[in-house]
Amino acid sequence: MKQDIILAGVGGQGILSIAYVIDNAALADGLFFKQAEVHGMAQRGGAVQSHMRLSDGTIWSDLIPKGEADMILSVEPLEALRYLDCLRPDGIVVTSSTPFRNIPDYPDLGQVLEALNKAPRSVVVDSEKLAKEAGTVKAQNIVLLGAAAAFLILKETSLLQTIDALFRSRGMPVLEANLKAFELGKKAAGRP
Amino acid sequence: MSRQILLGDEAVALGAVHAGLSAAFSYPGTPASEVLEYLIRLAGETKEFTAVWSVNEKVAYEEALGASFAGKRALVSFKHVGLNVAADPFMNSAITGANGGLLVVSADDPGMHSSQNEQDSRYYAQFAQIFGYEPSDHQEAYDMSREAFDLSERFGLPVMLRLVTRLSHSRSPVETRDARPQNELKKGVAKDWILLPVNARRRFGLLLDVQAELVRFSDESRFNFLKLNEGDRAFGVIASGIAYNYLREAVAGEASPPTFLKVSTYPLPEGLIRKLVSHVATVLVLEDGYPFIERQIKGLFGVPGKTVLGKLSGTLPASGELSPDIVRRALGRGALPACEASGLPLAGRPPQLCVGCPHADTYRALNKALEGIPGSNVFSDIGCYTLGALPPYSAIHSCVCMGASIGMARGASDVGLHPAVSVIGDSTFAHSGITPLLGAAVADTDMTVIILDNATTAMTGGQPTYGTGERLLRLIEGLGVAKEHIRTIEPLPKNHEKNVQIIREEIGHRGLSVIVAARECVQEQRKKRS
Repeated sequence: MKQDIILAGVGGQGILSIAYVIDNAALADGLFFKQAEVHGMAQRGGAVQSHMRLSDGTIWSDLIPKGEADMILSVEPLEALRYLDCLRPDGIVVTSSTPFRNIPDYPDLGQVLEALNKAPRSVVVDSEKLAKEAGTVKAQNIVLLGAAAAFLILKETSLLQTIDALFRSRGMPVLEANLKAFELGKKAAGRP
Repeated sequence: MSRQILLGDEAVALGAVHAGLSAAFSYPGTPASEVLEYLIRLAGETKEFTAVWSVNEKVAYEEALGASFAGKRALVSFKHVGLNVAADPFMNSAITGANGGLLVVSADDPGMHSSQNEQDSRYYAQFAQIFGYEPSDHQEAYDMSREAFDLSERFGLPVMLRLVTRLSHSRSPVETRDARPQNELKKGVAKDWILLPVNARRRFGLLLDVQAELVRFSDESRFNFLKLNEGDRAFGVIASGIAYNYLREAVAGEASPPTFLKVSTYPLPEGLIRKLVSHVATVLVLEDGYPFIERQIKGLFGVPGKTVLGKLSGTLPASGELSPDIVRRALGRGALPACEASGLPLAGRPPQLCVGCPHADTYRALNKALEGIPGSNVFSDIGCYTLGALPPYSAIHSCVCMGASIGMARGASDVGLHPAVSVIGDSTFAHSGITPLLGAAVADTDMTVIILDNATTAMTGGQPTYGTGERLLRLIEGLGVAKEHIRTIEPLPKNHEKNVQIIREEIGHRGLSVIVAARECVQEQRKKRS
């Protein structure tokens, strides 16, 4: 059993929080993992990605070879598209449809979404709307995690426990908003 | 024994703590910063050892060396170019030797994710003639860090541990073991540590004498291993560090994988390498960084009857970071089936200054002040403000190394370039801007130094800084800069006109001026609020 995931987004969108939840859920589920991430320069509003590898056996490379990624999980549509050629022919893209426009030459959003729909399997959710509905626009990353949850090889209870551990210290309203964000993401992916 | 999720940097740090670490020193730099960040956090919780940010890497090295002199186990960490700054004490510490175990952690950045070059720290270990480790994964990072301290004390020499970005910034579970107690205080012997020629010659002789023993230790290290494919005499692979993972990834599941040697320690395990080379006709060397192993094997004349492939032969790219895909290709394994790229032109998303960043206001004012002045040059330095190179600012003309902005502006000014402007952050100024400014103050050089005081080391995540606020102003005055040409501006949009005026006035002054642009980093402000 193994799963290779490319996490993507823009610096500041909470990519590393998604990684944190998956890491800890994997540990709880007794899986081995390697998770390569980008620090430093790239964090300042730049493209951020993390290679997340889960397995019940040995994992060699910290980076996912092209064609091995089972999933692209992205908090931003253009960033999801950037890694399409890493995806297995039967892989899945789980992404937000909300663009993060901090560059002058952001491509036409319609074309981006159309290209994403050409992926073998894709789940596109309006994370901005759902996060606002959950109580904080900051929870878009957790909306996406919820949308991806049913496709992960991790137990949902393990994911929820880690979300609890991550947000409880920031107060009950923050925790509740993130738990709701997870639920709304799950529903939006058609997985009640 | 317990299982913890750690970054590669953190695995090294925890290995050191469990080896009985007493003191750790560093200056921030990607990808090494998390070594000391982790140690500071842990020291704060346990109060059992010291972990502090130093003013620069040279100082950090000397602080660690002092702790080693005192008989305690010490660690010093930095990014690869930080070792350039620390090179003087580093090279000489191979002559003094270590008393308490001394671990030098140098994190290389192949591919230059956040650096100005790809220099390979293994050359430094070889240059100083000390032992070096290169872990392939997190568990090895922890285990090697622990072992390094014993080794350092056994040979009485500092030991290097080389990391690369991919391992530094990858997270994985690590099995940890019980901690060893710290050393008691035990002073070094003065005649070993006073490097007068008479002592240094004797000490250097000892360093040379121990070399053969280091090779033997390398040959016997459990971190190196040779796996011969008895049925295949044609092709074998030598792989080190992270490249070893890419090799195993590429041949995983194959019924008859090629002969391979994993190299994890330096000086090279010569016996193991001879065995592999004598077994096969063609050797492929996989290593992240420079062709360090490949060049040593090949030498000037090559190996008679053998073919050595790697970066020198063009089999692998000579620059940039290795990847599982590059290694697959070099091994002759075809590409895996994958989805096609979208074909849409995907705009890049480079890093940029944050919304509300004080540097942005300073650059807007500086650009305005320099408008219409032909031939102006802005020498920049290392930090977030280097991003002023990118549009919409396009405000700087150089960025070389820590502190270079002031020395370069002076050199340019001395040969007639005007105006010569230097832009440097408060942390970088403390790191290595003070000494060139002292020289420029004595000479009253015709240049304008703008110190961007955002009260933090922002680019690497907000570590403390030593020359900020009032202390910075007193420091500048103390260096001998004329008081009337030390100006302070607050870089805010509402002050734009006023700031442009002040910068213009000081550029017009045909002597040394220092302008301090003081406003706190917005990221740090945000952290304090939450």
